[in-house]
Amino acid sequence: MSRSYRKYLLHDKFPLFWCGGCGNGIIIASLARALARLGVEPHRVVATTGIGCFGKADDYLATNSIHGTHGRALAFASGVKGANPDLTVVSLMGDGDCATIGGNHFLHAARRNIGITAIVSNNLNYGMTGGQYSATTPLGEYSSTSLYGNPEEGFDLCEVARAAGASLVARGTVYHVGVLDRALEEALQNPGFSLVEVMSSCPVHYGRRNRLPSPVDMMNHWKTRGVPISRFAKLSPEKQMEHFPIGVLHRRDRDDFATRYRRIQQDAGGVRS
Amino acid sequence: MSAQRSFVQGNEAVVEGALAAGARYFAGYPITPSSEIAEMAARKLPGVGGVYMQMEDEIASMAAIIGASLTGKKSFTATSGPGLSLMLENLGMAIMAEVPCVIVDVQRSGPSTGLATKPAQADVMMARWGSHGDHSAIVLAPSSVQECFDLTVRAFDLAEQLRHPVLVLSDAIVGHMREDVHFPEPEALDPITRRDPDVGPEEYVMHADGADGLPVPLPPFGSKYLVRANSSAHDPSGYPSADPGLARANIRRLHDKVEDAVEWISDYSLIGPDEPDVLLISYGASARTAEQLVVDPPTDSRPALLKLRTLWPFPDRVIRDTVASFPGVPVVVPEMNLGQIVREVQRVVGKEHPCYGYHRSDGQPIEPGELHRFVEDVVT
Repeated sequence: MSRSYRKYLLHDKFPLFWCGGCGNGIIIASLARALARLGVEPHRVVATTGIGCFGKADDYLATNSIHGTHGRALAFASGVKGANPDLTVVSLMGDGDCATIGGNHFLHAARRNIGITAIVSNNLNYGMTGGQYSATTPLGEYSSTSLYGNPEEGFDLCEVARAAGASLVARGTVYHVGVLDRALEEALQNPGFSLVEVMSSCPVHYGRRNRLPSPVDMMNHWKTRGVPISRFAKLSPEKQMEHFPIGVLHRRDRDDFATRYRRIQQDAGGVRS
Repeated sequence: MSAQRSFVQGNEAVVEGALAAGARYFAGYPITPSSEIAEMAARKLPGVGGVYMQMEDEIASMAAIIGASLTGKKSFTATSGPGLSLMLENLGMAIMAEVPCVIVDVQRSGPSTGLATKPAQADVMMARWGSHGDHSAIVLAPSSVQECFDLTVRAFDLAEQLRHPVLVLSDAIVGHMREDVHFPEPEALDPITRRDPDVGPEEYVMHADGADGLPVPLPPFGSKYLVRANSSAHDPSGYPSADPGLARANIRRLHDKVEDAVEWISDYSLIGPDEPDVLLISYGASARTAEQLVVDPPTDSRPALLKLRTLWPFPDRVIRDTVASFPGVPVVVPEMNLGQIVREVQRVVGKEHPCYGYHRSDGQPIEPGELHRFVEDVVT
C-alpha cells in the first residue's frame, strides 16, 4: 500500500485559494500525512466543513465531503458517524465555525464522545469576511469590528473541549508541524471525540492589526509562544501566561457513542453481539 | 411487522410508516406536539439495527439526518413550527446537495411560541418558501391516522426518487387523534431502496439525471464512489463553482425536477355529489371538518370536497380541472390559518371565480357548524 499522502489531496485544484502566509495549507497537508501513515483509504474518509476560510478545506481533499452550512460541520459529522461508525470522520473548522456559531454543536459532540476528529484552524478572527473578531480573539486585540480593542475574552478551546467531555484534546501550531502530525495521527486513532486545535496564521487580517503583519512575524509568534506540554508544566506562572502548551494535552478513557449505542442495539435485539 | 389493524395515534402511525419504508436513522429534538414520534423512534429503532440520536437543537437534527442519509441510511426527523424554523437552514442544504430525507412537522399555533401547543395549519408557506433562495418543495399533508402512515411511506419514496427532502405536514389534531389504521404486509409496500450507480466510480457524476429523467442513484459514503455534498454552488460533480452558467443550470434543474413531477406527486381525492352547490378544498385536520359536511350534509346544501394530500408542488391542474367540472359552483377553502392555500387556489381559478377562505387562527379546530354557516352565506 502506498503511504504517500498525495492521494488524499486534489492536486489539480492547486494552487490553494488562501492568502500567502495563511496556515491552512499546512494543516491539510498534516492531515493528509496522518491519514497516509494510518493507511486509511480516501473513500473511507468523510471530511465535513462549514463556512469561512477553512470551510474551503474540502476543496483540496480527495475524500468524501460535506461542505455544509456555517457552524454545522460537527452536526453533519455526528449524523455520518452515528449512522456508520466504521467511517473515519473529520470536521475541519475555523474558530468561527467551531467556537462561535457552532459552539453548541462543539459542546455536545464532545459530551457525546462521538468518534469525530475536530480540526480547528484557529486564526483568532473571521478571515473570510474581512477580519472581524470571533469567540477566540483575545481580550483587547484588534479586528475590523474591535477597532478600540476586543471588549470580550476569547475561549480557550482546549479547556472547553476538556470540560465538555472530549476523550482527546490536543493543540498544535502551523510552525510546530511535527507536533501537529503526531497529534493528528493520535486523534484519528481515538475512538471517541478528539479536538486538535491548530494555532494558525492570518497575517492579512489578524496579523496586520496586531503587530504581526508579515507571514514571518506570525510564524515567529507561534514558534516562541507554543511550548511542548512537558516543558510548559515546568514554566513559572508568569512565563506560562506568555506561552501556551502544545501536544496532546488531555486524554480520558471512556466509551465512545458508537460503543454505547451498539450495546443498546444488542439489548434491543437489533444487532448480534 | 405483519398486516394488522391497530388503534393508534397519528404520530405513532408516522413512525410505523417510517419503519415500514425502511428508515433506520432518526435525529431530533423533542417538541410538543411531535414528541411521540421521537419517543417511539427511540424505542423502536435500536431493535431493527437503527439509530436514534437526540440532538442539541433542530439545526443539528436536520444536519444529522443529512449526514446519516449520505451513509445510505434512510433518515428522518420530526418537529413542530418553532423547530422547523431552525431546520430551514439545513433544509436548503438537503435541497442543494440532493440528499433524500423526511421531515415531519406536526403543526402548532404561532407565531413564535404561540398558543403552545394548540393546533394550527399555518406552516404551509414556511414549508414551501421558508428556506432562502430559489428552490422547490415537496410537502404532503395527512388528515387521518391512516394517511399519517401512508403518506410517511410515500414521503420516503419521493425523497429517494427525487433526491429531495420531503415534508410531512401534519398538525396537532391529526398527530394526537387515535383512529383505526391498517398496517399492510411489508411485501405489499415495496419501498424504493437505494441502488448502485449505473457507471463506475471514475465516470460517476453526482448531480445528473438518469435515463428515467430522475436524479442518478446516490452511493453511500464509504463505497468506492466519492461523494461531495456541497451547500455552495457547484458543478455536476459537486465541486464548488461560481460560474453563472453552471449556477443557472443547477438551480433550474433542482427546481424543475420537482415542479415537472407535479402530476405523479399530486395525491388528492374528490368526494360528494355529482352536482354540488359548493366545492370545499381543504387538507389536514380542516379537511376532516369539511368531510363531515359532505358525509352528513345539512338538509339545505350539497357540498363536495377536494381533499389535497399533496400541498407542494401545488396541484394547479387538479384544482383547475375540478373547479371547471362544476361550472359556477363557488369554492370555499377552510384552513386553520389566516389564508395560505386559499391564495394558491385563487391564483389558479382566477379572479372571476367566486373563491372564499374560511379561516380560524386561535388554536381551535374549525367546527362543522361554523363552516356550514359560512358555506350557507356563500351559497345564498
